[in-house]
Amino acid sequence: MAKHDTPLLDELESGPWPSFVTDIKRQAEVNPDCWDILGQLELSFKDRITHWKHGGIVGVFGYGGGIVGRYSDVPKLFPGVEHFHTVRVNQPASKYYSTENLRALMKLWDKHGSGMTNMHGSTGDIILLGCRTEALEPFFWDLTHDLKQDLGGSGSNLRTPANCLGESRCEWSCYDTEEACHHLTMHYQDEIHRPAFPYKFKFKFSGCPNDCVAALARSDFAVIGNWRDDIQMDQAEVKAYVDGTTIPNGGAHRDGDWGTFDIQKEVIDLCPTECMWMEGDELKIDNSECTRCMHCINVMPKALRPGKEKGASISIGAKAPILDGAQFATLIIPFIKVTKDDEFESVIDVIEEVWDWWMTVGKNRERVGETIMRVGLPTFIKVMGLDPIPQMVKEPRSNPYVFWSEEEVPGGFERDVDAFRKKHAA
Amino acid sequence: MGYDPENPMADRITDIGPPHYSKFHPPVIAKNKGKWLWHEITQAGVMVHKAESGDECWTIRVGAARLISTSLIFEMCDIADAHCDGYLRFTTRNNVEFMVDDKAKVQPLLDDLASRGNKFPVGGTGAGVTNIVHTQGWIHCHTPATDASGVVKAVMDELFDYFVTMKLPAQVRVALACCLNMCGAVHASDIAILGVHRKPPMIDHTRITGVCELPLAIASCPLGAVKPAKAEVDGKEIKTVKVNNDRCMYCGNCYTMCPAMPLADPDGDGIAILVGGKVSNSRTVPKFSKLVIPFLPNTPPRWPETVEAVKNILEVYAKDARKYERVGEWCERIGWEKFFEKTGIPFTIKSVDDYRLAYDTWRTTTQFKYTSHVK
Repeated sequence: MAKHDTPLLDELESGPWPSFVTDIKRQAEVNPDCWDILGQLELSFKDRITHWKHGGIVGVFGYGGGIVGRYSDVPKLFPGVEHFHTVRVNQPASKYYSTENLRALMKLWDKHGSGMTNMHGSTGDIILLGCRTEALEPFFWDLTHDLKQDLGGSGSNLRTPANCLGESRCEWSCYDTEEACHHLTMHYQDEIHRPAFPYKFKFKFSGCPNDCVAALARSDFAVIGNWRDDIQMDQAEVKAYVDGTTIPNGGAHRDGDWGTFDIQKEVIDLCPTECMWMEGDELKIDNSECTRCMHCINVMPKALRPGKEKGASISIGAKAPILDGAQFATLIIPFIKVTKDDEFESVIDVIEEVWDWWMTVGKNRERVGETIMRVGLPTFIKVMGLDPIPQMVKEPRSNPYVFWSEEEVPGGFERDVDAFRKKHAA
Repeated sequence: MGYDPENPMADRITDIGPPHYSKFHPPVIAKNKGKWLWHEITQAGVMVHKAESGDECWTIRVGAARLISTSLIFEMCDIADAHCDGYLRFTTRNNVEFMVDDKAKVQPLLDDLASRGNKFPVGGTGAGVTNIVHTQGWIHCHTPATDASGVVKAVMDELFDYFVTMKLPAQVRVALACCLNMCGAVHASDIAILGVHRKPPMIDHTRITGVCELPLAIASCPLGAVKPAKAEVDGKEIKTVKVNNDRCMYCGNCYTMCPAMPLADPDGDGIAILVGGKVSNSRTVPKFSKLVIPFLPNTPPRWPETVEAVKNILEVYAKDARKYERVGEWCERIGWEKFFEKTGIPFTIKSVDDYRLAYDTWRTTTQFKYTSHVK
């Protein structure tokens, strides 16, 4: 029986897309507190403003993250959401679940919380939405003891790492993204749970330059699969695309009326480096000119595949606009092997080099990309102990304001102005 | 046995991390990991991945709200138990994927999903509109300038046909963030729906002393609009802050640092629309989304202005763009002046950048197109 009238929300029960309102009403039959979620949201729809108080510091003992405190500013009206804290549970890499595990986790949430969730939050965690302060420790106890699972990150710490599903179900992945993500998540448990950084720090692992977890746009430390030899080609399969036997682009344009496939127009002419051409009915690629954008591979997945010498590019410093404006990550290491064989040591070395510097130099609430902007990319390249290479920039600088060190200039910076004046009257 | 409040640290377990992913791989995934040859989308929402072994993994992708109940998740588990050996996965865009190892198992699964009302729409693949990634909005957030789940439901109802088909020039990624903090990171989306404030913060002098570290609040402002000040509360002079309203860009960063500076407002808040971002490196490099509509009002429950704006941009793009062209690639090919002309969106001074790095966006060539903007 509905506890509150929700005429505005009820209008979101029609239409073809699944309705979260219908779903919350269903959950309210299980947990009557959910009526108050609807009641308060209805009030927000009416008032056109949020009814959650600012923040609230809650957590579990020993952790500085993983719980986000939230309190209603109208608790008398909606006592069921007086406390409505969020719990972030670290998702398994790639977000596969057994129903056994997922059911156990949901039963636990029904026991301690509202029963509402996000599968998943923007960073990747399982978000359990809404519980009381006194439920937090019992929930955490059951989570760690019965399910052997753990919380994710929040605050100025390493946020829960995330990956595309990689080799598990994709033919293009250039390294094992889920193993890299899991391994580094385990390696950095302390950094995930106890804030020690100037601000948040995110790892994301994509298997190829299509970048399905948006690592380049969203992570401070992006590991994006790449290769350094030739695109693998099967000329018989190229012919099958050209003669129309195989549907292009993996069938992704199946419902549009785009006419017959034209390899010149749809592949060769769209290549950003113009490094492809046909010789008779054979496709040729000048791989030394290729920037591995993935377009030709995306369009002809049966004929073309990434090369065999696989690894990743590492780009650093992406973030959303708050505060200085949005930044994509800057390419710092064009190619590196990413492998379990060395326990991901090669990647860990780079991460720790960045952290050692940023934890000293970074200001409060400054993302690493902003720190790099503030001190300049040349300084960061030196800090990282890397040789500057043109792959790190789009183009050379167009102003002449270069910093020189004293050692680079013959005679150094100290000069005798009296000696100067003897030759040059003032 | 369970948590003992008298003994909170006894037998405590910490830092065990997530379960190993390999426990949750369906058998066909576990067997063929790293040995996939190619994939094909056989119909909207249905994909087959072919392995070197000859095995096939058939994936049925289903849209879901991001905000879902345990009841619905139990139902998903029932489906996975009945058809998928007890496994399922979620995508980064809040879709659910049910996987089977034989083509013959696809249709029974589709029939089962279809029998459950509109709860499990199959689609979200290829050249269409997949699920909108979004933030919390009024359901859970303390800084939002708009709702999230409500706007998304209204927009997806309208774009539904593009979710269940693949007839667009390319995939179109729509994202919503309910304030400038952009937990949903909409800065690189084909079409971004962004909650924005338009009023400077109020100062709650009666509360500021207890809840706010003034230097942090002052330092939080990127434009130096927050200054130290004094005020009288109950006859006593207190240290507080003041805001230079002319300088404020309503980013809300001060409110994040100081609860005594609320800025949300029913008439001040609303939605901005940004277009043309992309993440993938395919063909052209990743692009930021650009602001084309500075403000639309918050009009719950169905935000008709926002729905109309998104639909208009999508449909003009669908008609005009070339095959494979993402929204941003289309905009750059035809020129932004043509984008505004073709969509009928008024170009206003608010789309001209005056923030940091603004110069990068100003036109410094004589190359342009004559549109109705040139009088």
